[in-house]
Amino acid sequence: MEFKQGIWQGEIDVRDFILNNYTEYTGDESFLEGATERTTALWDELCERLKVERERGGVYDIDEKTISTVSSHKPGFIDEALEQIVGVQTDEPLKRAIMPFGGIRLVYNSLEAYGKKMDPDVATIFKYRKTHNDGVFDAYTDEMKKARHTGIITGLPDAYGRGRIIGDYRRVALYGVDYLIEQKEIAKKKINPVIMDSPHIRLREEISEQIRSLKELKVMAESYGYDISRPATNVKEAIQWVYFAYLGAVKEQNGAAMSLGRVSTFLDCYAEKDLAEGTFTESEIQEFVDHFIMKLRIVRFLRTPAYDELFSGDPTWITEAIGGMASDGKSLVTKMSYRFLHTLTNLGPAPEPNLTVLWSEQLPEAFKKFCAKISINTSSIQYENDDLMREKFGDDYGIACCVSAMKIGKQMQFFGARANLAKALLYAINDGKDERYFEQVGPKVGALTGEYLDYDEVMEKFDGICDWLAELYINTLNIIHYMHDKYCYEKLEMALHDEQIVRTSACGMAGLSVVADSLSAIKYAKVKPIRNEQGIAVDFEIEGDYPKYGNNDSRADDIAVAIVENFMKKLSGHTTYRGSKPTMSILTITSNVVYGKKTGSTPDGRKAGEPFAPGANPMHGRDSKGCIASMKSVAKLPYDYSEDGISYTFSIIPAALGKTDPEKVENLVSLLDGYFGDTGHHINVNVINKEVLLDAMDHPEKYPQLTIRVSGYAVNFIKLTREQQMDVINRTFHTRF
Amino acid sequence: MEGYIHSVETFGAVDGPGLRYVVFFQGCPLRCLYCHNPDSWKMAEGEKKTDTELLSDILEYKSFIKRGGVTFSGGEPLAQPTFLLSLIRKCKKHGLHTAIDTAGSIPLEISRSIISEADMLLLDIKTLDEALYPELTGQTIHNNLETLDFCEEIGKPVWIRHVLVPGYTLVEERMKKLAAYLKKYSCIQKVELLPFHKLGEYKWEQLGHPYKLLDVPVPTEEEMALAKKIFEVE
Repeated sequence: MEFKQGIWQGEIDVRDFILNNYTEYTGDESFLEGATERTTALWDELCERLKVERERGGVYDIDEKTISTVSSHKPGFIDEALEQIVGVQTDEPLKRAIMPFGGIRLVYNSLEAYGKKMDPDVATIFKYRKTHNDGVFDAYTDEMKKARHTGIITGLPDAYGRGRIIGDYRRVALYGVDYLIEQKEIAKKKINPVIMDSPHIRLREEISEQIRSLKELKVMAESYGYDISRPATNVKEAIQWVYFAYLGAVKEQNGAAMSLGRVSTFLDCYAEKDLAEGTFTESEIQEFVDHFIMKLRIVRFLRTPAYDELFSGDPTWITEAIGGMASDGKSLVTKMSYRFLHTLTNLGPAPEPNLTVLWSEQLPEAFKKFCAKISINTSSIQYENDDLMREKFGDDYGIACCVSAMKIGKQMQFFGARANLAKALLYAINDGKDERYFEQVGPKVGALTGEYLDYDEVMEKFDGICDWLAELYINTLNIIHYMHDKYCYEKLEMALHDEQIVRTSACGMAGLSVVADSLSAIKYAKVKPIRNEQGIAVDFEIEGDYPKYGNNDSRADDIAVAIVENFMKKLSGHTTYRGSKPTMSILTITSNVVYGKKTGSTPDGRKAGEPFAPGANPMHGRDSKGCIASMKSVAKLPYDYSEDGISYTFSIIPAALGKTDPEKVENLVSLLDGYFGDTGHHINVNVINKEVLLDAMDHPEKYPQLTIRVSGYAVNFIKLTREQQMDVINRTFHTRF
Repeated sequence: MEGYIHSVETFGAVDGPGLRYVVFFQGCPLRCLYCHNPDSWKMAEGEKKTDTELLSDILEYKSFIKRGGVTFSGGEPLAQPTFLLSLIRKCKKHGLHTAIDTAGSIPLEISRSIISEADMLLLDIKTLDEALYPELTGQTIHNNLETLDFCEEIGKPVWIRHVLVPGYTLVEERMKKLAAYLKKYSCIQKVELLPFHKLGEYKWEQLGHPYKLLDVPVPTEEEMALAKKIFEVE
């Protein structure tokens, strides 16, 4: 049996291959196979190691001597005799590598935090070799440094890998590395303009780097005994080839989020062929998948405790997009979609890989139910609106990090963390002064008059602050990404992209619900600022009640929508690095806790230091009409103005979802259909008892695999800081029963 | 037309089939010892809403509740009969499934026409014991059983709900008797046994009502399993 021919044979076009060769599956999960003996044995061994990792304070070991590149380390194994899919980042599983090109300082700090010393040879190299981090700080203005210091702009990737780039790892399996190198050589030859200006010079240099990394990739695979210069010939090879490509990327880059892309349906083309030809059985194929996923679960990066405070739980965001619809109206659900989700049963729940179901009302009913069932059992799946994204990104996009859609191999983003809009509102009230440092950070927009805050006056000042913030923010990102391209270029990931790609400058906002409620309070109640001797509002008194975002009340929700639209419009007006298109996300991951810490009391009644709601969530405890009203408010936020994603986290106790298991499944499906039908973009689903979480705080050893979803990613609950654990527990738990 | 509403829950997953919009009516003639919403007892309090206002809010959620429907709960929804009837008619006009969550404490003369128009009833049977009933609820059992008979007569689907309170209803003999009694009714599709819980206790305190079940424990899992068995057998 041969693969069906198509455009994909004449040029690199993985999508065309998939559409020509995949077999839609509309049946239920009864075909799935359990874990093999080998899988169970291997997983047990790995669990032992994971236990040691936890006992050692979260870091198993560090190789501080070897600068990590695609081919820097000798092969490593969990248990060579058992492993069907091989390859780890260093010479031993869980041992972390140093990746200093993003910033040598981060390596110094991390080594110190975990009781290791900087290797003298490495130190010497970076006496002469500049890093991304050095470059950024050479170029930052004083204003940028100040904004960064007060936290009105935070989480910037200026000291580590920016991530959020998805290589098309499938290309390695479909074409083999030699063909990819050939194509890159041809592309490079074509870049020969009349005027050799810096964009062309940069591109030529980049393609040379890409070719070099592809060659390194072959060397790395060879060290494990595989020749990936040629295409994969069966499903086992296809998985192995894809994994080598991905492994190369995570050996080279410690990006904040390193998504896998959308590989499952691609791999199913091989699986169907192998099943038909009798090459492998269902059980063998599931075993390959289980072993592959196991590898993805142990991807590790060396990071500092300060980083963990922001993005807790050691996340890597190996996001894999599953399901969705093809443009011709058939679903892209295959048996491999099931097999990937089934790993959560065979291996138990886990935060990584970040399994993301692309939901459409048209998905096969059996698949919807299967997803809901796995969600209820494991809380490990997130859902995103395929009908919404397909319109903008076609039917072969992946999700970078949590919610950022991009066409695979044809688009990348310049990750920009987020601006703290709640703080911006306080700057508006305090004439540009920071409410914690009492210094002038923003522009003088004029002091407010009157005992009570006047809505129109506040709005006018807020607009002025947002103008300033948007400009400063984009300029800051321009510096960061210029330097990242220069000093920490993602060679391998970009080798798995076309040469002509779409770039976005992915900005973000934090504190949406705080700002919306604050403005609503100012508009519909009476808010009196309590000012200190410097005239800075340090607290607020609210007289009367006001409509709150999260109750499907248009008075508050319209304010939230306007905030999003206005800030996005302001971002759009600025010149960006490499002609990238500004976009915005409403996503905080776990940083809502840190953002809250860095922000004074706000006019909505939130006290200084208290956490924001995560992502686009309403503030907890302020929704009084139940979670669907809350979802409807979130769904009103316009995706057109927040194309980089709108994250919503939903937690419910099992008893509130329905009485029997089939009812729970049915209700969750209705909930998802309804939310996405209302054009909601993303939802995390946690089905878990508060008591379990409380118990896990006190007895982490009992819950090594307890996974919950937080604002766009899944996390191992016991790895969160205590503060974040409390935030999760306090967050709206829907409990009506 | 106006009525009094205690609150709404847009995500009702345990009050009838499927996902449901639940309207909690204000006001109830019963004073059940274990009531977890004593703040919904008083008549003519709460939020005043018109039927059209409420309907337009319900319709906002149509895409979520199309496989489920709307449940009118309380309080006692049948205590505001004309308001309830109007709402049921309006919902049905929009193709929504309707359920009344009632304790059957309203005389049939009043409730008959409304029950006829709803798609189903969630009927709370407190106890069959004629002496215990007033102790538990402050009213007589009469209307409760008549409501059930009427549903049987017109073939209206009923889900029975029965709260198991240790020492009161969680008594083997009483459960057996009730299970046997319910067996005669073909209109009953389901019997839901609800374990007594104390989550509403703080509300009694806030309202200054003495809470008589302070020392009553919540049922254990074994007790619930036993109860379930009794009702399954019968």
